[in-house]
Amino acid sequence: MSDTFTFTIDGVEVTATKGQTIIEAADQSGVYIPRLCYCEGLKPYGGCRICTVLINGRPQAACTQPAAPGIEVTNESAELNKHRRALIDMHFVEGNHFCMFCEKSGDCELQALAYRFGITAPQYPYMFPKRDIDATHPDIFIDRNRCVMCGRCVQASRDVDGKNVFQFVGRGSDKRVAVNSEANLADTDMAASDKAAEVCPVGALLRKRVGFAKPIGKRDYDNTPIGSDIESGKSAAQ
Amino acid sequence: MSKPKVATTSLAGCFGCHMSLLDIDDRILKLIELVDFDKSPINDIKKFTGRCAVGLVEGGCANEHNVHVLQDFRRNCEILISVGDCAIMGGIPAVRNGIPLKECLDEAYINGPTVYNPSGQIPNDPELPLILDRVYPCHEVVKIDYHLPGCPPPADMLWEALVALLTDKPLDLPYELIKYD
Repeated sequence: MSDTFTFTIDGVEVTATKGQTIIEAADQSGVYIPRLCYCEGLKPYGGCRICTVLINGRPQAACTQPAAPGIEVTNESAELNKHRRALIDMHFVEGNHFCMFCEKSGDCELQALAYRFGITAPQYPYMFPKRDIDATHPDIFIDRNRCVMCGRCVQASRDVDGKNVFQFVGRGSDKRVAVNSEANLADTDMAASDKAAEVCPVGALLRKRVGFAKPIGKRDYDNTPIGSDIESGKSAAQ
Repeated sequence: MSKPKVATTSLAGCFGCHMSLLDIDDRILKLIELVDFDKSPINDIKKFTGRCAVGLVEGGCANEHNVHVLQDFRRNCEILISVGDCAIMGGIPAVRNGIPLKECLDEAYINGPTVYNPSGQIPNDPELPLILDRVYPCHEVVKIDYHLPGCPPPADMLWEALVALLTDKPLDLPYELIKYD
């Protein structure tokens, strides 16, 4: 029995191999499904729900749902995009995202999603939560104002670096990323070369002394929307 | 037929958005063929002379005077646009939102390292507008029709938006012009 099979995304047939998730099969076929917590190389856990698609009419997280023969996936619909926009808006109002002085601006995946969806202002009131920063480490700093709780750093540190530097603590709006030490990041064995230091989609976990290295106009999402690289794979394949 | 009027103001902002408007360069000559400027720092008209087609608001609301001006703009403008990150999310002034107001005033007027204030008083002259508990984005105070993000928004974005609105065309901004920084 062949390991490859087909299913449809928005009516277009795509090929998948056994064991692939919807998002992996979509990426391979040049179909971009918006996502935030998903990061290639890390185990998906369906946290942010921005990649929610309809599978045979039922909402599922595309990053965790296995592809299956013959299923009908809806990715682009006004309703799904409305929900995605609402999720992105919530991220902006639940943190303190001062894009104008953020080193990650232009390369930030949350910001890029907002650009892609044409969001000019969030629809919900800003919460302006009180969050702290941790600049004790010589090479890395944490600015929890920008954290979107995607858990990429937690996973990368645990699964790739084998260090368990980060973990979520607290519940609800008090949830935050804590470090595995008595006090600060400086007391952990975190290193600038760790995978955890590069996976943050926003500017919450950044390497020091490299900010603003890329000039405006040459940053990842200055000229083309997030997901264009995946979609260009589609145009190359056609 | 008289030209539509445009009004502009800066609340808790830095005037960077107004500078960006001036960055449309020689297109400002085309703009004044399309519109008359009403209440605006550009021509220094202090009060509305009539109803305006478009109002551009830069900056958020940090004190009661800002709220008063914003409400005045809402009353007098058909279309009200918040321009720039301060108007849309509070911007740099909103950095104070995580700090209690008393702590901010104490730092500014009593405890700051460069402060010389032998009387130890925080200014409280009736002429001074009361400062708000936090900085509010404009759309949390009055209804806003359009938002033009950026710090400041690119001159091209202001131009595209104004021309579209004044010529009854849809405001469809290209991807490259929507920036939050």
